[in-house]
Formats: sequence, structure tokens, C-alpha cells
Amino acid sequence: MRVFHFTEQPYPDAWTPEQTSLRVTTPSALCDPHVAADLFARYQDEWMLADELGINVMVNEHHSTATCLSSSCMITLAILARITKRARLLALGVPLANRNDPLRVAEELSMIDVISRGRLEMGFVKGVPYEVSVANTSPVGMMDRLWEAHDFILKAMTATDGPFSWESETIRYRAANVWPRPYQQPHPPVWITGSSASSAQATAERGHVLATFLSGFATRKVFDVYRETYQKTWSRPAPPDRLAYMALCAVAPSQEEAMRRAYKVAGYLRTIGSVAEPFRNPPGYMSVADNARALANYGKPRLGLTLASGRTVYAATATCEELIEAGLLFAGTPDQVKSQIDRFTRAMGGMGNLLLMFQGGDLDHRDTADSITMFGREVLPQLGEMAAAEPAI
Amino acid sequence: MPSNALSSELRSVGPVRLEVLTGGTGRPILFLHPGIGFRGGHAFLDRLAASGQVFAPAHPGFEGSQGHASIASVDDISYLYLDLLAQLGEPALVVGASLGGWIALEMAVKSTARIAGLVLIDSVGVRFETRDVPDFADIYALSSEEIAARTFHDPALARIDYPNTPAAELEIIARNREAEVRFCWSPYLHSRRLRTRLHRVDVPTLLIWGEDDRLAPPDYGRRLAQALPRATFETIAHAGHFPQIERPDAVAAAVGRFVTTLAPRAGAQKELAQ
Repeated sequence: MRVFHFTEQPYPDAWTPEQTSLRVTTPSALCDPHVAADLFARYQDEWMLADELGINVMVNEHHSTATCLSSSCMITLAILARITKRARLLALGVPLANRNDPLRVAEELSMIDVISRGRLEMGFVKGVPYEVSVANTSPVGMMDRLWEAHDFILKAMTATDGPFSWESETIRYRAANVWPRPYQQPHPPVWITGSSASSAQATAERGHVLATFLSGFATRKVFDVYRETYQKTWSRPAPPDRLAYMALCAVAPSQEEAMRRAYKVAGYLRTIGSVAEPFRNPPGYMSVADNARALANYGKPRLGLTLASGRTVYAATATCEELIEAGLLFAGTPDQVKSQIDRFTRAMGGMGNLLLMFQGGDLDHRDTADSITMFGREVLPQLGEMAAAEPAI
Repeated sequence: MPSNALSSELRSVGPVRLEVLTGGTGRPILFLHPGIGFRGGHAFLDRLAASGQVFAPAHPGFEGSQGHASIASVDDISYLYLDLLAQLGEPALVVGASLGGWIALEMAVKSTARIAGLVLIDSVGVRFETRDVPDFADIYALSSEEIAARTFHDPALARIDYPNTPAAELEIIARNREAEVRFCWSPYLHSRRLRTRLHRVDVPTLLIWGEDDRLAPPDYGRRLAQALPRATFETIAHAGHFPQIERPDAVAAAVGRFVTTLAPRAGAQKELAQ
């Protein structure tokens, strides 16, 4: 099992009760650049610590938000490419449908891959609904733009005979010729996020890694679609390293302390949906059928998480115990966390990548570093055996 | 509320089949709906049918009209409707509301050969302000309540009781919203070059504006009227961005008066035949 440490690099000082939207409209006057500089430094220190412990790195990006100071995966990874030694460097992801410059994406990713001497994992995502306003990209046709940019980037990374041209509705280049070309040949591994059957199929057909975020035990269905499609396409079982799942994580010497840390990490879940109404679901982001269904359920609570007990809870208001039961959080002493991960991995039918948010909300550096260290020393060594003992299918 | 005087038919234009509401007799009137589709507009269309033979196509991807990959901009729609005008046999009165007005302007700058006159109701489409001053409020950054307040004199008219709306209608609403984004998102509610081409609109033009429009305010309408060679400007009281919905009688009456000022039909027919 490969484990990746993830933080959104939040700026929790701006998370005041009177700030009703933490995205798109949040004034930057709420950001003290001196505080932001300290935050960047500590988040990078935590990734360096993870690297020393055999834990890999996952970074992301968001825009115009106090929930995530990183507005470019590339900048964070460019730093980490030089100051980490062994860790795989996962960008999850680069929002391809919100970036209009896929040639620059290919160039930047290739540079990171070369600087890190082949440690890059390239995650491609379409982009979140509320950031189409920031990028001023159309919310219609995002999946099409994601896949076309994906095709273009892979061609740009692997074409080695000089420039080629590309002319379509959305991508137009007359001379694509990426220098340096990537360190990993033919190109760094590709990851795609998705929680629907159609994205699982599209990802399996291309043989890329499928990552799902915080989808709990329902993830099994998506993984099964992936494995089925992979088998059909490649005439062999999907290796476990093709599947990834992201959850929150907190480890501590005592359960009580772990739950205190977990509650802070779960500040992520309590703030992730804090965005003003018009930006939540721009027309065209979801399909017409899904939007018609959403209108029919207007004013009703959104889809929740069904617990094993049959109860429905919502990520933003659930207790830590409920989040553990739902498979969104692994928290406790090292033994408890190991057994929660064990249970979840079995329920998934096996998987090879765990993306763990050890830092979220206002969990401070000391607690985060301690949680990562305990995980690296006391949980991680046991996961290797567990993964080996678990067949993928 | 369905229309009394109009019926719905499917008509092939270019690569798509369009849903077209038709009714009335006499001079063809092409009505181009706003971004919200046909919703709330039937009472006005019924009255418009008293002035001629109404053709109200749903734009590609709206209502019951097919969408098509080759129709991705207002410029694309304008060519489609110039082809539709060619099917109508004689020059038409073109009436466009909001997005429909923008489409009408895009048609008119290309050719007025088949346009007898132009009516623009709270039209969008042209950029007058400097680069960091918007001409139109960004509806994609406003809550549904704020949009209602900016676009209606009586915001209650904008309210939709979603849970009690039939699924088929909800699907149309969702379809219209997606189609609107397709054409209006960016450049937002305008075409970059339209302003520099407005001198080509050489037909009589009436601009009708809701006094309380706070999406495309009356001052914007006045600037548009000044930029058009043969335009007159009228406001409608107690109406916002959709006067044809809030004051169908007043708007239909204004259109009716405008029609009487146009050249007689037979002359227009003869001119076309030559």
C-alpha cells in the first residue's frame, strides 16, 4: 500500500462565522501574507517529514479561496521536487477543463518530473463548479475539454520529433514541442478522479489510476466498475495500484487525543461547501437530467452518507465517530487506525493507494507532525503486509 | 401557461430541427425569445399574432429544439435564422427580447435584405463600457433572489415552485439554463465586434425597455439606440428586463404602432422578387 500525505494548505484564520462564503467572493483583505508565508513553510515541512517516513506527497490547487492557499499544483510541486528525496509527487489534480493552456501544463509537469528525477504522478481533474467563474471557462462541456487536454498533453509529452500542430474548437497550437521531455518514459503515470460509473470506465479503458475522494463504502461499486472494465480492456486483472481512495486521518497515542485531532482535520468537511449560492452549481456543470432531479429536490438536504446502521449523515455535520463508520475518516491509536484501514481495504476488494489528509482545518504543525510520524512509524510498516495479503479481486 | 393563438411545430433549419411556435396571419414576424426560453412569454405572443404571422423558434438546445455542435455561439444562431427568414417568403418583422435581441442584431448586421423592421426588447449583445466596467450585471454571480429583483418589476413573477412542477417542465428549465450558458457565458452577453458593425442596421428599429431593468438598464438601451442608424426608444413602466412578460398588452401595442409605420408588404415583396 502506498500512502500519500495531503493537505489543502488552508488559511483557517479567515474561517470566521460571519464569512458565509469561503470561495470565489472571499475578500483577499482577509489574507495576511505574513501568515500565509508561515503556513506555506510549515505545510512544506510536513511534506518533507512525510518523505523521510516513507510517505508520499499529494498536492492540489483551488482558486480564490481561504480553504486552499495553493493556487497552483505546479508551484508547490516545483519546490517539493527539490527538497524531498524519495516521495512520489502526486498532483491531484491539475484542473484541465479550467486551464486554457494545456501546452504550458505539459511543459510545467515535464519540468517537475525532470527536476524530481522521475517522481511525478500526474493527476488530471476537470475542475470544481465554483471555479469556472474564476477561470472564466464554460461550465458546459468540461468532461470533453478534460479528455481533449489529456490527449493533447500525452501527445505533447511523447512526441519527440519536433513540433506538431493541433487545431480544434478548444485547443489550438501551431508548434507544440515540449522541452525538457519527461524523465519517466513514455510519460509520468496518469491519475483521474471520479465517482461515477462512466468516469471509472473511461479511466480503466486508458489504464490510468482511478482516485475517489471521501465516497466511503459506496466506493466499492465504482472500483468494481473499474476492475470489470480493466479486465475487459486489458485482458488481465487491474493491479491494486490502479485504485486510490482519499480519507481524513488522525493518529495519536490515545484515542481521546486522536479524536481531538480528527475533529480539527474535519474542519475541511465543515468548510468545503461554504460557497455563495450562484457558484455552487453553474448550469451545464451537471447533466440536464441531474439538474432536473436537483430542481425536483429543491430545498431538500443533499445526498448523505448511509452508515452501516442504516442511518444517514452529512459530511459537514457528522461526528468523528460517524465519519469513521462511513469510511471518511481513519482516526485513533496506531492499532485502531490500522484496523480501520484494514476493514476498509477489505470492503473495497483491495486497493493500492491511500490518500490521507493528515492536516485539515486548524490542526497545528505540532499535532500534524506527530500524527504523520506515528502513522509512518507504527501504521505504515503494517500496511505493506496487509496489502500483500489482500488480492485485488 | 400555454398559448391560445399559437401552435407548436418542428421545422428543419440548417442542421437542426427547431421547435417553432406559429400563429396568426399576415406579415411574418420572427420572435426571438430571451435566455429563459418561452416561459412566461405566451400572452405576449398571442397578442403579437394580431399583427402578423408569428414564428417563434426555440433557439438550438432550448425548449424542444435540438442542439448542434456547429451552433455554439450567437453568431452561429444568427446565420441559422437568416436561413429561416429565407424560408418565410417575404421580409419579416424581427422581434428579439434580451438574448433574442442580441441574435436579431447579429442577423441585421449581416443582412437586412429579409428584415422589414427590428424590435429590440431589453436587448443585450453590445459592449459600450471600458474594459473594467461591466455593461450587464453578472447573473452567474447573483442568487436567484437577486436575479429576480434585478429582472422583474414584480419579483414574485420570477418564482418557480420547483417541487410542484412536472418533471418534463423541470427538464426544459434545466435544458434552457444549460443552453443559455452555452451562448452567453463568455464573452458575457455580447459579441466583441458587434458595436463596430451596428451602422449596417439600416432598417427601422424600435427599442422597447422596461423602466426597472437592472440587468441591462435603460441607459444601456439609450446608448444602443444612439448607435443604431434608424432607432427610436420607448420605455415601459412597471416592467423590468422582461416587459413582454410583465406588460404584454403595452409591449404588443407598441409593436403594433411600429408595424403601421413600416413600408407596405406588397412593395417589399416586389422588391424581393426583382
